[in-house]
Amino acid sequence: MTAYLIRRTLFAVFVLWGAVTIVFLVLRLVPGDPAQLILGSDATQEEIAQLRDQMGLDRPLPVQYGKYLSDVVNLDFGDSYRYHRDAMDLVTERFPATVQLAVVATVIALLLGISLGVVAALRVNRLTDRLVSVFALLSQSMPSFWIGIVFILVFARQLHLLASGGKGGLDRMILPGITLALPFIAILIRLTRSGLLDVVHENYIQTARAKGLSERVVILRHAVRNALIPIVTVTGIEFGKLLGGAVIIETVFAWPGVGRLLIDSISARDYNVVQAAILMIAGGFVLINLVVDILYGYLDPRIRLGR
Amino acid sequence: MDRTTGQVPPTDQALVAPPAGDPAGPVDTPPPDADPLAGRPRGTIGRLRIIGSLVVVACYVVAAVVGPILLQYDPVATDLKARLQPPGTRLPDGSLAVFGTDQVGQDVLAQMMQGARVSITVGVATLVLAGLIGVTAGLVSGYFGGWLDAVLMRLADVQLTFPSILLAIFIASILGPSVVNVVIVLSISNWVTFARVTRSQVLALKERDYVDATRTLGAGTWHLITRSILPASIAPILVVATVELGHVILAEASLSFLGLGTPASTPSWGMTIANGRDYLSNAWWISTIPGIGLAILVISFGVLGDALRDRFDPRLRSM
Repeated sequence: MTAYLIRRTLFAVFVLWGAVTIVFLVLRLVPGDPAQLILGSDATQEEIAQLRDQMGLDRPLPVQYGKYLSDVVNLDFGDSYRYHRDAMDLVTERFPATVQLAVVATVIALLLGISLGVVAALRVNRLTDRLVSVFALLSQSMPSFWIGIVFILVFARQLHLLASGGKGGLDRMILPGITLALPFIAILIRLTRSGLLDVVHENYIQTARAKGLSERVVILRHAVRNALIPIVTVTGIEFGKLLGGAVIIETVFAWPGVGRLLIDSISARDYNVVQAAILMIAGGFVLINLVVDILYGYLDPRIRLGR
Repeated sequence: MDRTTGQVPPTDQALVAPPAGDPAGPVDTPPPDADPLAGRPRGTIGRLRIIGSLVVVACYVVAAVVGPILLQYDPVATDLKARLQPPGTRLPDGSLAVFGTDQVGQDVLAQMMQGARVSITVGVATLVLAGLIGVTAGLVSGYFGGWLDAVLMRLADVQLTFPSILLAIFIASILGPSVVNVVIVLSISNWVTFARVTRSQVLALKERDYVDATRTLGAGTWHLITRSILPASIAPILVVATVELGHVILAEASLSFLGLGTPASTPSWGMTIANGRDYLSNAWWISTIPGIGLAILVISFGVLGDALRDRFDPRLRSM
């Protein structure tokens, strides 16, 4: 187990290092002066010269890279020129709102996805199963930002049932939560359904049936448990993806999280905040993957021995 | 071991897809209940799914090619008298706005057909570029193995553990909005799928008897890769490409929605949808109708990809 832990942790660090390096390279290797790019076209010569000096742009690339790495390790991304505050502070302030949204979406997805998947498996190839499959296909293929807009139009503007945006209580989280959850619901439906159908031919299921248990009890008590194992991994990975997907949903629903900060900072060319936000989301994503890997190693010993 | 029908040593079966071009044969008539997923529509229904979704896609392509010629769209023109007209309105200049007009009096249908042109072009160009990069990486990685394989696959792992939309947003924000940049950005985030599929094909195929036979006859590496291995890998790659095309079009729309995709001079669906957001209460059609158009196209690619995969290569379901 220790070897497995070390291996997964090293890989997580490696991925983070990769993300930092990509951000560094993209900012440096794009044609044009990075300082000019960051400050925009209205910057004065002095401001540009100052930033060039601060970023060390006149020094060789490896030296810049070393300085950049040490800045990142110290979580020092410089100040936001819009707010004149530390960029990382701005991001950490907004982070809880994004996590909150992702958690709500995950809960909705788990509830709806697993139950719909079980229903589909119980009624395999019947009308209910087909309807659930169509629902899964739709929720996976429709553009999430568009669904968000339609939800606002129908539930907030027409029916006045739920609030369309801004931060607040649970009622303001329902629409963005469902919108964010939809692709994840589709994945869970498919996973639960196929997982259940995979195990129904196993011997222990035959045994349960032979004991005379009803099909419902066989599925719910015996089959679902085993079908749930892969759902742990997928939930971890998808939770991370929700952090990324939240960027779009937060923009649609004016949700004050990191994603919205990221998009606002991009349009204001506030690149210190952009870097901090991207690396923060990436960091959260990598951390969650690491936790899932470790959990999975505990849950299923075959995984840690297999690799 | 039945080598006459299987043609593949059992150990390889997890990796090997049925050979390319293997016609409907056994796939069309599965023994009842043999497959736990039995009931996935195959045979006639599978064929219907393929034909149906192809027809829808063809309609879009025709609309994208012919539409902008019939209904002129000028991205900078404004016609204030005709702004925010609901679908089906007869405009002052006598034309009929089937899907209404937007906030500057532009016909939404004309904008959608122009947008279809942009979205499909970006989608296809991205697939070609991402496919070229991915297939080359997969071929090299699978055929030669060694440190190159290790480096490429580690890179793929890193990219898969990183939300691709973030990478796309970041690179697009630096490069600025342009059609070429969108293609570059989306290719960077999509090559991995192609690389993985190609690699697993190559790994399985290079051990096959016919490849050995070709090698024994004196074929060089280049000949083996291009004439023996690549042609047999094409089917799964095309299946993946179909599925990915829907994803790429969605990703492009998302980037354009955020203002990071195509520039205002070549508006895509994402941008039209974003523009309509400010007019939701008095002009619902600006955002809604292009969204439906986009969703139908993406769903068609999804159905087509699923149907092709079920027909030619069920193993890809897990990719």
